[in-house]
Amino acid sequence: MIEARFSGQQGSFRLDADFTAPSQGVTALFGPSGCGKTTVLRCVAGLIRFEHGKLVIDGEVWQSENRFVPVHRRALGYVFQEASLFPHLSVRGNLEFGQRRVTARAHTIGFDDVVDLLGIDRLFDRPTAHLSGGERQRVAIGRALLSQPRLLLMDEPLSALDRTGREEILPYLERLNSALSIPVLYVSHDIGEIERLADTLVIMEHGTVRAAGPIAELLADPSLPMVRMPEPAAVLDGRVQDFDSEYGIAKVDVPGGTLLVAGNIGPPGTVRRLRIAASDVSLSREVVTDTTILNAVPVLIDSVEPLGDTQMTVLLKLGADGRGAPLLSRVSRLSWNRLCFQPGESVVAQIKAVVLAKA
Amino acid sequence: MFDAAMIETILLTLELAAVTTVVLLVIGVPLAWWLARSKAWGKEIVAVIVSLPIVLPPTVLGFYLLIAMGPHSPFTALIGQTLPFTFAGLVVGSTLYSLPFVVNPIRNAFEAMGERHWEAAATLRAGPLDAFFNVALPLASPGILTGAILGFAHTMGEFGVVLMIGGSIPGETKVLSIAIFEFVETLEWGKAHVLAGAMLVLSFAVILAMRLIETRFKSDLS
Repeated sequence: MIEARFSGQQGSFRLDADFTAPSQGVTALFGPSGCGKTTVLRCVAGLIRFEHGKLVIDGEVWQSENRFVPVHRRALGYVFQEASLFPHLSVRGNLEFGQRRVTARAHTIGFDDVVDLLGIDRLFDRPTAHLSGGERQRVAIGRALLSQPRLLLMDEPLSALDRTGREEILPYLERLNSALSIPVLYVSHDIGEIERLADTLVIMEHGTVRAAGPIAELLADPSLPMVRMPEPAAVLDGRVQDFDSEYGIAKVDVPGGTLLVAGNIGPPGTVRRLRIAASDVSLSREVVTDTTILNAVPVLIDSVEPLGDTQMTVLLKLGADGRGAPLLSRVSRLSWNRLCFQPGESVVAQIKAVVLAKA
Repeated sequence: MFDAAMIETILLTLELAAVTTVVLLVIGVPLAWWLARSKAWGKEIVAVIVSLPIVLPPTVLGFYLLIAMGPHSPFTALIGQTLPFTFAGLVVGSTLYSLPFVVNPIRNAFEAMGERHWEAAATLRAGPLDAFFNVALPLASPGILTGAILGFAHTMGEFGVVLMIGGSIPGETKVLSIAIFEFVETLEWGKAHVLAGAMLVLSFAVILAMRLIETRFKSDLS
């Protein structure tokens, strides 16, 4: 468990952030620029110190009113926006920099494993100046991991990269999270990245924490800003049940239902994150049979939120009893009123596209 | 071409420049680091004092040094010996005189390094001293090298300060610039030519070397 609380004033910026995060998986700090998410990350690292602060990582106190562990004594890894590789060292020298400063007994993450995981073995002999942006960031991630952190901090590690660079890194980040059991605090303002990577979400606004919790719940919480974004979506983690090789359709169990997903997304038993865009979910009272849409599942209307003059954002819960995972639907106000839907009503959601959020 | 006295003068000058450069680096690197990193209010005043010899006539600096090193000054009482007209006195004078030429490029190099590498080193378990020696110094090495070469060259060519506090004792304080001055005064043009020419060639070589090293370092680091 990561317990963090920081408050104080720095210049014109007032920070008053308080959250807890599980000590496994990826916790994303999300919010508009200037909301203080990077500041919180820097506080966790100990790179800045606010007047009042408390930080406990799995029972180990890094900061309290009368204790402040200096950065270099905290078992953390930090990945900056810019790779910040040391230009006077080779790729190998950079990778070994942190590793050499940790006693061999504390080594749980092996050099070769990290090199394999990040695919950086071919870069060793190149000067850091000759690496592409994506390669530099991969080396920076490897360097941070090899310092044997108990907590990995990442400050918008993809924001300095172009689209190609981002697509190059994302699969590595996803693999990293499943291969290593190090908790990650990940700062981002890109909801797409967060849908793919995060398990827990901490939403920040004006230096305070607006909400914190499991990503599936927060993405579909109508009181939070995410549902008002241009393309809101729900994510849900499902377990592959079966694969129909003739048509190439996988059957995936999700909380409160079963969905069909195109493609062989893994052997039975694999857990996969699915993404369902609100605009791909339509509602009807009866099961429509003569349609090409594969997924028609019973849902319960939980609540509804108007969006502008013409649209409604509907929060649904999977299952006729509404005990399953949350789902979002965006419908026109006209059809909502025509069909007289009401919160608490069980209806059928037709889902046009269920895609894999994690590749 | 060079007689024994001239060789003695050249060797003494090189020795003075070498010793001064070492002292300059020992003082200059920490001072430059402090000026680059400290948030102390008074640091710019220190920076101005360090830079004064750039604009001050060397004779003014020499005059004050002569007084500071005089038999009745607190400085003399502190170190327990009089320094004027000694090699040690020349080292002190040259160090002060060349300090800005060493401190300023090193300070610029530390400042150009920025906060990011320093922070990265800390997140990779390097304590302040460790990060200073293994990150800051290597990254600032082009600036340190420039400072060292400038300090060395500047000490080689120094005249005014030496004249005021060193005099012209052969083997102790008689350096190249003084020797050239004396040859000219006694109308020994041939000898003045030899030494002046040697200085010219040496200065050219020093600045050329500095440029070459800088270019190489920069391409290595960027």
